[in-house]
Amino acid sequence: MRSVRRWLPGLLLVSPSIVAIAVFVYGMLGWNFRLAMTDKHDEISEGQFVGLTNFVELWDQPRWTISVNHAIVFTIVFVLGALLLGLLLAFLMEKGIKGEGTFRAIYLFPMAVSFVATGIVWRWLMNAGQDERAVGLNRLFDGLGLDFLQWQWFRDPDWGMAAMAIPAIWQMSGYVMALFLAGFRGVPEELREAARVDGCNEWRVYRYIVLPYLRPVTLSALIILGHISLKVFDLIVAVAGKQIITDVPAVFMWVAVFDSHDPAKGATIAAYIVLSVTVFVVPYLIWSVRKERKERRS
Amino acid sequence: MRRRWVSAVAITMAGLLSLTACGGGEDGQGASGGEAAKKQVEVFSWWTGPGEADGLTAMREIFEKQNPNLTFFDAAVAGGSGDKARALLTTKLQADTPPDTFQGHAGAELQGYIKAGDLEPVNFLYDELKLRDVYPKQLIDQITVDGNIYSVPVNIHRSNVLWFNPAVLKEAGVAGAPKTIEEFITALEAVKKTGKVPLSIGSEWTAVHLLENVLLGSLGTEAYNQLWTANSDWSGPAMTKALQDFQKIMSYAGTPQDDWQPAAKQVADGEAAFNIMGDWAYGYFHNPPEGGLGKTSKTDFDWAPAPGTEGTFMWLSDSFTLPKGAPNRDGAIAWLKVAASKEGQDAFNPKKGSIPARTDADKSLYTDYLADALSDWSSNKLAGSIQHGVVVNDAWRTAINEAVGLFQQDQDVAKLQQALAAAAKSSGQ
Repeated sequence: MRSVRRWLPGLLLVSPSIVAIAVFVYGMLGWNFRLAMTDKHDEISEGQFVGLTNFVELWDQPRWTISVNHAIVFTIVFVLGALLLGLLLAFLMEKGIKGEGTFRAIYLFPMAVSFVATGIVWRWLMNAGQDERAVGLNRLFDGLGLDFLQWQWFRDPDWGMAAMAIPAIWQMSGYVMALFLAGFRGVPEELREAARVDGCNEWRVYRYIVLPYLRPVTLSALIILGHISLKVFDLIVAVAGKQIITDVPAVFMWVAVFDSHDPAKGATIAAYIVLSVTVFVVPYLIWSVRKERKERRS
Repeated sequence: MRRRWVSAVAITMAGLLSLTACGGGEDGQGASGGEAAKKQVEVFSWWTGPGEADGLTAMREIFEKQNPNLTFFDAAVAGGSGDKARALLTTKLQADTPPDTFQGHAGAELQGYIKAGDLEPVNFLYDELKLRDVYPKQLIDQITVDGNIYSVPVNIHRSNVLWFNPAVLKEAGVAGAPKTIEEFITALEAVKKTGKVPLSIGSEWTAVHLLENVLLGSLGTEAYNQLWTANSDWSGPAMTKALQDFQKIMSYAGTPQDDWQPAAKQVADGEAAFNIMGDWAYGYFHNPPEGGLGKTSKTDFDWAPAPGTEGTFMWLSDSFTLPKGAPNRDGAIAWLKVAASKEGQDAFNPKKGSIPARTDADKSLYTDYLADALSDWSSNKLAGSIQHGVVVNDAWRTAINEAVGLFQQDQDVAKLQQALAAAAKSSGQ
């Protein structure tokens, strides 16, 4: 009886959210996977179970491989760019800049803007016109005499997606900075002093004392940025619309469902997006569970 | 203690969220239940821009005057060519909560709805209002599916229009609008030498729009119209030639602009010589600065049928439908009657910058470009547009868009032809 009293109120309290998540997250996920394994290639047919056929056939479509390549380039540039820029900003901040609070707010503000608004502004900034037809950043480069920097931006056939990552970096690096700054602050001052007493120069203090302390923060940042990047849709659509030149899986999914009216194909792409995010998130979960256990033991 | 607080707050939030989610659904139902005395008619469209929204208002006024017991409920969703509106419509139809009537491009674009059993045929309206006598016969033929007509066309736009800047042409030594594809390529080459952009282009769909015009110009009207029938030939040499023309013409295109407006603006500003775009560009060129560029026709910009397509009117049309299970079917029919009427179309079209689908319109209302279009509409051969949903269904159109998008990356004509042939085969149309 007593034990029931211990766990029942807690369970009752959390059960609404458990039910909501079970239905709206995991139930829907399951439904999506089931749909992806049928041949429901238009809205009216019933759809027979076809196993993993859709998952295999998708790779024969040139558009799919293009969008996967785009997602990879975008993810690498965006995650690395935001991490490095965020680290740099946090580092400068940590070195004791005057008016730190103001700067922190300034760098964090872009986070408050939606990707759609960012995208619309950057669409103009990254206009591909050059020389006398230049606007946005190309105009700026033209005016400064830095003509060689003028670029096709996201219309560049090879590195367009790298350009597409720039607004995302702009938006998220402030957030990464905040994470890293908290990490920096978590390094005990005594440790640094001890290292300095032992004759470490400033570089080595960072290399061997501070940076190892930042590992968990870096990992969290990586997970957060990584899953944003793999699911990116709004930014791409706001900047370029639904064009193959900047196609990513999420945009392709929209096209498959709402333009091609092919629910099974859309579900397959959605399933791949979920799986790719899982690749990021599951190792993190395992790592954090292990860490918790270790902490409990010690 | 503190932990418990945090979880309590979290749970309250979750509860609130689910409560609001439920509330939203009920609100929606309450609104359509409405007053009993004045029944409302929900008209779903994507006309929210300057011109088109004014046209809709003009039609609405006529509707409310003729039907004092009905109120017009404007369920318009913003977004050019109805992208977002149609995504929302799909979810509404799947949930069996259709609006009373919705806008759709007349022709094959409606096939998805027809197959899904979402639409009721409106043949009875055509009989009652004798619409078969006032719409062009070819139009009726092209929108009839197995003997049934599912929509009432309100307006007609023309897709095959070549817009050009006379001053830029003069500078390049081009005498006038090119009449054939060959002349067009020569003219593009001449413009290229002056350093101006020979042909301006917008985002990916404008390339498909260009493709439909090149296909029509290169294949000729009959072969083009045959592409959408059982005896189509997508793999033959004539198609190869047409696609090579397309590649050649695309090689003169400038940097792709964000959409059709900036591309059209390049012509108006004298940066580019030519642009192939539908006749909605006329309103953009001509209208005073809020919604347009305020340019003078024939001096700042001029038009001609797209090269090789003179004597053919490549059309597209906005139309209204009668969904099955419309909450207010009689109201919807009343709206369709206004949309089909001469009065309604003559109120709507001059504002929207299009011409009426009826051939008995009041000619004095249509001036300048629209007068040209109106006279061509009643005399030319007709062909249907690809990109704007007349001849191909959504799936096929998306596949063509994909093929053209991939072509823009690799410039491979053989691959493009293969992809187009495959798209035709698997369209299920």
